[in-house]
Amino acid sequence: MTQILKNRDALLALVVAGLIGAAALAYPGFAAPGNLAGVLDDTAILIILALAQMLVILTRAVDLSVAANLALTGMLVAMLNAAWPSGGVLPILVLSVAIGAALGAVNGLLVWRLGIPSIVVTLGTLSIYRGMIFVVSGGAWVNSHRMSPEFLDLIRGTFLGLTILSWFAVAAVVAAAVLLRFTVVGRNLFVAGGNPSAAAYIGVDAGRMQFVAFVVSGAVAGLCGYFWVSRYAIAYVEVALGFELQVIAACVIGGVSIVGGTGTVVGVVLGALFLGIVKNALPLVGISPFWQMAIAGAVITAAVVLNAAQVKAPSRRILKEAEA
Amino acid sequence: MIAAEEVKKAPAAPAAPRAGIAAPLLRWESVLLLCVVAAFAVNAWASPYFLDIWNLSDATFNFTEKAIIALPMALLILVREIDISVASIIALSSVVMGLMAEAGFSTPVIALAGLLTGLLAGAFNGLLVTVFRAPSIVATIGTMSLFRGIAYAVLGDGVLKAYPASFAWFGQGYVWGPLSFEFALFLGLAVVFGIVLHRTTVGRRLYAIGSNPTAAIFSGVAVDRYRFALFALVGLAAGLASVCLTSRLGSTRPSIATGWELEVITMVVLGGVSILGGSGTIVGVVLAAFLMGLVTFGLGLINVPGVVMQIVVGFLLILVVAAPIVIRRALSRRRP
Amino acid sequence: MAAPSLRLSDVTKSFSGVRALTNGSLELVPGQVTALIGENGAGKSTLVKILTGVHQPDDGTIELDGAPIRIRTAADAKRHGITAIHQEAVVFDDLTVAENIFAGERPRNRIGLVDWRVMRSRAAKLLADLDAPFDPDVRVGSLSIAQKHLVQIARALAVDARIVIMDEPTAALSHRETEDLFAIIRRLRAEGRAVLFISHKFEEIFAIADRYTVFRDGAAVGAGRVADATKDDLIRLMVGRSVDQIFPKAVAAIGEEALAVEGLSHPTEFDDISFSVRRGEILGIYGLVGSGRSEVMQAIFGLQPQARGSIRVAGQTVAIRRPHDAIRAGIVYVPEDRQHQGAILKLPIAHNIALPNLGQLSRASFVSLAGERALAGEYASRLQVRMSGLGQLVEELSGGNQQKVVIAKWLATGPRVLILDEPTKGIDVGSKAAVHRFMSELVSQGLAVVMVSSELPEILGMSDRVAVMARGRLRRIVPRSEATAEAIMQVATDA
Repeated sequence: MTQILKNRDALLALVVAGLIGAAALAYPGFAAPGNLAGVLDDTAILIILALAQMLVILTRAVDLSVAANLALTGMLVAMLNAAWPSGGVLPILVLSVAIGAALGAVNGLLVWRLGIPSIVVTLGTLSIYRGMIFVVSGGAWVNSHRMSPEFLDLIRGTFLGLTILSWFAVAAVVAAAVLLRFTVVGRNLFVAGGNPSAAAYIGVDAGRMQFVAFVVSGAVAGLCGYFWVSRYAIAYVEVALGFELQVIAACVIGGVSIVGGTGTVVGVVLGALFLGIVKNALPLVGISPFWQMAIAGAVITAAVVLNAAQVKAPSRRILKEAEA
Repeated sequence: MIAAEEVKKAPAAPAAPRAGIAAPLLRWESVLLLCVVAAFAVNAWASPYFLDIWNLSDATFNFTEKAIIALPMALLILVREIDISVASIIALSSVVMGLMAEAGFSTPVIALAGLLTGLLAGAFNGLLVTVFRAPSIVATIGTMSLFRGIAYAVLGDGVLKAYPASFAWFGQGYVWGPLSFEFALFLGLAVVFGIVLHRTTVGRRLYAIGSNPTAAIFSGVAVDRYRFALFALVGLAAGLASVCLTSRLGSTRPSIATGWELEVITMVVLGGVSILGGSGTIVGVVLAAFLMGLVTFGLGLINVPGVVMQIVVGFLLILVVAAPIVIRRALSRRRP
Repeated sequence: MAAPSLRLSDVTKSFSGVRALTNGSLELVPGQVTALIGENGAGKSTLVKILTGVHQPDDGTIELDGAPIRIRTAADAKRHGITAIHQEAVVFDDLTVAENIFAGERPRNRIGLVDWRVMRSRAAKLLADLDAPFDPDVRVGSLSIAQKHLVQIARALAVDARIVIMDEPTAALSHRETEDLFAIIRRLRAEGRAVLFISHKFEEIFAIADRYTVFRDGAAVGAGRVADATKDDLIRLMVGRSVDQIFPKAVAAIGEEALAVEGLSHPTEFDDISFSVRRGEILGIYGLVGSGRSEVMQAIFGLQPQARGSIRVAGQTVAIRRPHDAIRAGIVYVPEDRQHQGAILKLPIAHNIALPNLGQLSRASFVSLAGERALAGEYASRLQVRMSGLGQLVEELSGGNQQKVVIAKWLATGPRVLILDEPTKGIDVGSKAAVHRFMSELVSQGLAVVMVSSELPEILGMSDRVAVMARGRLRRIVPRSEATAEAIMQVATDA
């Protein structure tokens, strides 16, 4: 299985490279370092969210509320910044993580303590969180001239040719890789999702791991809420509407199994990059950006079929064992 | 063996008060009926115009199309599947109808094309689940993006509105006095679905599949055929809803019916259909449709914006799933 | 004899009103292997789950070295040095062998990160000690069941467990693999660990155990030294009566061929299976878990679409692609896993019995409720289902009565061939006898019965002929006159 997954990552890497190549053929400037850095900046939030979503999916759950969480937290910190422009960015960062984590904890508690299917819980909270944006903002927009320069500039700074936002994504990749490979919590996410009943025998509470994953997913969504309103310099009710589908798409394309227990950081990053490149290349090669959703949908559907085919193979084979 | 033990361990459903006078009152449908009556009374008290027959007829429009999809969706959830792509199917079907209208086809052809698009989209979902063995949640998350994506790809930020005048009848016409075509259609379908689920062999097999799909297969039930048929049926119903909605609005935009999947699923779950499969009634779903219609209409009367109603819908969804779990736990704790 | 290290006294446990343990008493002694013996449903698994912290006892005491302890979680069990190797191999298929061994307690470096190098080398050493023929880096999903047991044993050694519980570890093992396991158990014993060995194979108990405790209906009914006991003593304790009364021998006139299977093969599960069964005959199918017996039966019933071969019912070749075809041809199948495959627990008895008979009970698809009640009532009373009414949910019935409902549902279809897969697994002694009596009655009425069982006494008592399977192949068909426990085990374990 590891072999297949590794091959799968390599295959996906080839597809992504091929995509860049094809876009460069049609529009030579696409592969220029500056343009690729721009694509990375544009995909950074998707990468960060997809990595967090992966933790949730590893435990056999799914978090559909990430985009609504992002939008609500983004609105709250934007309003805070508008009301208290001299407060600086640090309280904004801390608060966005805290609000996001709290919203994620609501999901986690409902899934863990009440055993409600995560799809139902997060479909409900997605609706509640989105509605709450209207309640807190009264339907009004917070636009760039009401945001402080620090609020807007943090993620725009560059270092070694990449934006700070891109560096946040790089940091997220490293953090996810270390978490999932070298920490007990990270490994227990695989244990909880791979075989929840066996997890109990070795002292791992699968429900608690789901809770942990939801809190992390929420915290990350909250942080990305700040990134989003800062990057697009505007906060309103419909921010990132439907973006959860892109996030889940990145995971599914990246080979994270929806039945839990398997997935790689590399795969998820490649899945997100795939979507980011498609989005950025389309207008350059003369295809309407309105195609983006359809292409994403087609790719998710194909990936779902592909993943299902992998799971289908039965693990026990009597005749094969007899020969061994 | 663990699993077998687990079944025993699970607290028994609150089956105790099955006999006695209190029994019918404790049924979920009775609770819903009381809520419907209460919501009706509150609306009547809040607005002097509410009880006007034409006003009541108007009130049905905001839930009828969703309720039409909720009927087959109830059967789908009953057999442990789900279709999140229904709102996208509406959009796709509406775009196809819009294009047919642009091309100058007549009303019946346009409507048939809308239904057929829904049926094919639903069948595609069914194919993914039964042939390719994709879990229905992810499969329909994928097609949700795919179907609406196609609608956007075709239409961009454009709008299609070259519908013939006669097309408006589906969403704006009345069959008898203040009884709209849409609402009559829903009532008729509700009766048909109720009979099929509660009186026929099909219904019996659906309950069997939902209660234990493996045992159903082992009992000779062609489980995958039923699953496929239900996905196709949900698609067809979404096509039908699309005909009504498009006709009512008189135009097609790719963003049509955004977020409806949530309300449809909430309607079904609120109606007492277990998200884990195997239990639920059509009466419950119909009552839930009325209840949600009355609540949203009432909130509209006091000028609550639509996006805030989302909060109510979201709360309802979680509450109706959580409440029985919490109550069951409280009951089993009190028992020795 | 050394003082017991672990002592359970009067432990009780109920699950939603059903008493699984009424008097769970047990002593484990360091450096000795204690066999826990009992029929399915005697409470052995519940006891194991209490010892490993999965379930909490309602009452009673657990003492470790004379001091009372409570085992609330798996972590508690581990802390007390108790570890279990489960029958169904509690492992993580997608993780490596090394991580499976250390999943509860991964070695970490100075800054708290998982130290894969140490984990791998410690795993390699443990595996070498056990003579395991695989590498710590392999994915556990690619191992055989016996190898997965080795991984679990390595897990027990890794935490240096004082008390090792083995819950039917040999159920799926070949003779050779069992011998290897015994060598390891002897080593654990020599190292002064207390081993609890759960099995219902007497040869194994006499080969490996020092002491025994017998459970019946949730209570300890006897204990002692294995050297002082005979097989008959143990059986008497287990079933509470003598053996020959349990299995009424079927006396029936054997008629013409009812079912013939020729060259039935499956790409991965079984190969070239041929047998036939006649009217009035009971054909026993014996094989170890994982020998492919259930897979063959499911293929005959249309549940293994990849299977190829020919099937004749009463001389007519039938094409069976799905269960519906089999039912139409007169073949019905009572599956092994009653709660997941056989009965629909959440539905009433009447609906369960009606399910495969809906065609005959309906007109234009409308179900006749009167017809349903009549049919369900008739068959429920023929099988003497103990119930409060036909509307009662099947989940409220005892295991034995659930099984009767499953059999009733199939008999109502009027079959020619009845396939029973482990028909008496996990049901009480009374129901067991009732099922056996009923089987005899059915064959005397001209039905052909195929009975899969892993209980040798049942196979020997009920079958007219015994087909023995091993590793996906049908090795031999033994007539009743030649069927002895030794002869059958010899073939089944492929020694």
